[in-house]
Amino acid sequence: MKKLLDLALSYFKVGLFTFGGGLAMISIIEREYVQKRKWIEKDEFENVVAIAESTPGPVAINCATYIGYKVGKVLGAIIATVAVCLPSFFIIYVISLFFDAFMSLKIVQYAFEGIQIAVIFLIFSAGFKFFKNMKKTPFNLTVFFATFGCMLAFAFFGVTFSSIFYILIGGVLGLTVYLLGLLLKKSKKEGKQ
Amino acid sequence: MSIYLMLFLTFLEIGAVSFGGGYGMISLMREKTVGYNWLTDGEFLNMIAVSESTPGPIAVNIATFVGASQGGIWGALCATLGIILPSFIIILVIATLIGNLMKFAGVQSVVNGMKPAVTGIIIATAITMVVKAIISVETVGQPIDFSLSRSIIFSLVALAFFGYKTVFKKEISPILLIVISACIGIVICPFIS
Repeated sequence: MKKLLDLALSYFKVGLFTFGGGLAMISIIEREYVQKRKWIEKDEFENVVAIAESTPGPVAINCATYIGYKVGKVLGAIIATVAVCLPSFFIIYVISLFFDAFMSLKIVQYAFEGIQIAVIFLIFSAGFKFFKNMKKTPFNLTVFFATFGCMLAFAFFGVTFSSIFYILIGGVLGLTVYLLGLLLKKSKKEGKQ
Repeated sequence: MSIYLMLFLTFLEIGAVSFGGGYGMISLMREKTVGYNWLTDGEFLNMIAVSESTPGPIAVNIATFVGASQGGIWGALCATLGIILPSFIIILVIATLIGNLMKFAGVQSVVNGMKPAVTGIIIATAITMVVKAIISVETVGQPIDFSLSRSIIFSLVALAFFGYKTVFKKEISPILLIVISACIGIVICPFIS
């Protein structure tokens, strides 16, 4: 019981004091749970981060759910997930109440003219970081350029095609190439015999 | 369909298929929120800026913000629940049943195919946003309306972004870039509009 309360409070703190989203949270989460509380081994934590990054959804939420489960099973998972979201939820909700009034000020409008451009830069820089971390295999490069090219072309010619499909097609291609590789290996083995 | 159900389902869909945290989700979020006429491109960018400058996971912040703007506190709750639920369920399944899902090469291969697609989507989205911001062209054939103030802001933000990188040998923090670009907006906009 005490452990669950500690879990709730510490995740609330993580949600309240970390800026910059999930990836920035990881080092804080590591300090809280690996070093300070020793609820999870370093090796396992690295595994959790890898899982969190390669499963869909916000990375911080994925980490919270996993560590919460380790500490207190399903109830722990719920507590950690809710706790890490609560500060966000209240802060953003309160901001949303005043945002329109705030935006009607001329000086704020000017500021946001600049900020909008900065956000586009941030999106670019996130994209380039993804690209830099991507292994430059022929498969990855093909999927990347095909998605990139199709998306731009469709956008500029006004064709509606949800980007969900690119992601799903990418997944199916990944699986197909993997299965083909398996088949190839198998037939080679049989050829040798 | 009620707006609450729609918010929930939309963010559920986004949470279920997007990888890599907040910025991995931005293309899909833009497509949905702008596509449903919930927000304009500018409003969406403002929300990203606020989400980036407040604590907590960016994806949760954006979901809460969009939800609150469309359906008050219940809208915020539905959107937030939608974005975290897929993560929560997937991680719970991994933690309880499978141990480490990523050990299965088949699953890994699907994820490997999705990642380059997501990377292509992010960069393509950023390019369409720049084009739209500066010459307000979304699809081919629309009249070009060149915005002098935005292109000046764009150059100055680029200068800040790359200048910082050259001088300090590391990337500028998102919040600092947002603050600098707000100042740029306040200084430039009153002169050119």
